[in-house]
Amino acid sequence: MPKIVALFVPCFVDQLQPRVAIDTVKVLRRIGYRVEYPEDQTCCGQPAFNTGFWDTAKACAERFVRIFSGHELIVCPSGSCTSMVKKHYPELLEDSPLHNDAVAVGQRVHELSQFLVRVANVTDVGASFAHSVTYHPSCHATRELGISEEPIALLQKVRGLELRSLPRDADCCGFGGTFSTKFAMISAAMGDTKAGNIEATKAEYVTSLDTSCLIHLGGILDHTKRAAKPIHLASILATEAQ
Amino acid sequence: MNTPVQEFLRRATEKSSDLVHRNTIQKNIDSYDLAVTRGKGRFADWEAARARCSEIKADAVEHLASYLEQFEARIQSRGAQVFWAETADDARDYVAGLAASRGVKTVVKVKSMVTEEIHLSGALEKDGIAVWETDLGEYIVQLRNEPPYHIVTPAMHLTRIQIAELFREKIPSEMRGEEPPELVAAARRALRKAFFSAEMGISGANFLVADAGMVAISTNEGNGRLSTSIPRIHVVVTGIEKIVPRLTDLGVLWPTLATAGTGQPITTYSTLIGGPRQPGEVDGPEELHVILLDNGRSQILASPEHREILKCIRCGACLNVCPVYRQIGGHAYGTTYQGPIGSVLTPNLKPAEGFGHLSYASSLCSACGTVCPVKIDLPHQLLLNRRDAVTHSDQPGTRFAFRLFQWTAMSSRRFRVMGWLSRKALSVAKFLGLPGSSLDPMWPWTKYRSLPEVPAQSFRSWWRSNGHQ
Repeated sequence: MPKIVALFVPCFVDQLQPRVAIDTVKVLRRIGYRVEYPEDQTCCGQPAFNTGFWDTAKACAERFVRIFSGHELIVCPSGSCTSMVKKHYPELLEDSPLHNDAVAVGQRVHELSQFLVRVANVTDVGASFAHSVTYHPSCHATRELGISEEPIALLQKVRGLELRSLPRDADCCGFGGTFSTKFAMISAAMGDTKAGNIEATKAEYVTSLDTSCLIHLGGILDHTKRAAKPIHLASILATEAQ
Repeated sequence: MNTPVQEFLRRATEKSSDLVHRNTIQKNIDSYDLAVTRGKGRFADWEAARARCSEIKADAVEHLASYLEQFEARIQSRGAQVFWAETADDARDYVAGLAASRGVKTVVKVKSMVTEEIHLSGALEKDGIAVWETDLGEYIVQLRNEPPYHIVTPAMHLTRIQIAELFREKIPSEMRGEEPPELVAAARRALRKAFFSAEMGISGANFLVADAGMVAISTNEGNGRLSTSIPRIHVVVTGIEKIVPRLTDLGVLWPTLATAGTGQPITTYSTLIGGPRQPGEVDGPEELHVILLDNGRSQILASPEHREILKCIRCGACLNVCPVYRQIGGHAYGTTYQGPIGSVLTPNLKPAEGFGHLSYASSLCSACGTVCPVKIDLPHQLLLNRRDAVTHSDQPGTRFAFRLFQWTAMSSRRFRVMGWLSRKALSVAKFLGLPGSSLDPMWPWTKYRSLPEVPAQSFRSWWRSNGHQ
């Protein structure tokens, strides 16, 4: 019987960067999982939660928990959205009848790299990407989910890939959701500092676990005429050996 | 008169595009970062020290009133006078009244953020009293007529060259050269005269020790000891949250505070003050007054959710690690306390003064939470402040946007349609060449960033044709 995973696709990945989710499906299938996509899913509620609209966030969270309750393994190609479910749902749904279900769903949802390395026990997914790459550890993946070695272990097994270390890698890229437009000047200055550090590695690509960081960073890199291109980890892993 | 949020946006815009400022501040913080990393390595178990400090301060905050009363009784028994100040006005009036009744003409001050919070120097100067900041960094910003830039290192934004220029202008007769040791010597010569002419010394407190009835002060320049022992009168102005239960708690709090703040094993001068000059003693002030300032703190104490903010020991670690602080610096905040702790504290300390925006001026990167030596969950406090801001204020535009968001997110069909509309709108805007133009609806984004390519289809529509394998 094939192992089954349910895919949790962040709302903006679904609408703006579908490639990341398609590549996630590819990788999961390649290592032997059957992938399901609960089509009723929309948004985990993080934008509302982070802006202070907890009622709206709660409605999203309850809906999410109902949709994903029946799934044993849930995989998401985002550290930030995974952390919303794992770390913040239990508090947000503290007085909800769905609280215990939320805790249970939180335990079953995994960020992609963590799922591959810790749950599926795979570091070599058969990818091949003959380019220099630097890795930006996104904040929520690093500090809320405790991810550090997993993406590195995966990248080291990609054929032809040259991994370059990023100076001050733990610094935030400056995206921060609505912060990126409400305080655009600060967000952009943070992005510019990060982009300068990326440029210093002379890597062709910057990769991350979070599409949100990459849309922002890619926008800054392009706007400031720097050569590095953003690419999600899933898209590197989805490449195939010749 | 601009509102605090307008002022913040103006200063943040100016500072975040000032590359000279950005480089100075980042270079200065980087040198602290190195020292702090080395300093943590000297601990057998840094995380255990953090956990212990967090427990001590949590206990202190949970039993604040009884520890304060214990402190008061013990220090009074040695002749100190204790004044409970509910507001900034109460504290200022007490000090000004004391200075007037004792004929004080000159005051020397030890670096203290609480006296900044209540704008004490300005009040005394209005009464014709000369007020000298005696911490070198504070002295420098005082000469520049600026508030401290950072709660621990007040002149962090300045280079040696700027300081030399300042001294040449303000204290030319003390200048012998422009190398750092010579600049320090110039300030020392100027300050020595003040130490010996002042009738009153004013300090803050790093800790108030309940079981010993003592005030603990940490300084690096010895100015704390001079200011609190030479003048006839010593006044301590301190927030009520500075209390700790036991003298032995300082065994872990002192080195942890020093390491988290500057990377030092311990601050150079750790002073304990238990009262004014006692019978038979040959030195020390004749009078000691301790002002226990509330100024909004008991409001924070009353909230079980926000109470942990009062554990703060003002080490400055969250400022140094904060990527927002590293871009805009301390003055942009327009508050006494800057950085993450300031953004968490200020809206709760002064709920009516319009500082709610500070909790939003963060990317929620959580770096502050990982360095706090008393383990305040600063990222969580930012989230709670945001929730409170929404509950307590009208934000009709944002509220409408999130109603629409919720309506959309509650149905995958509506979500699909809205997603399609958004992508179409983005494509049309791009086709018309709007991004970057004066008609650009996405200007806050596109002013600094290019837009990504807009995909023809969403993942969910891809899944419909390719998903079921």
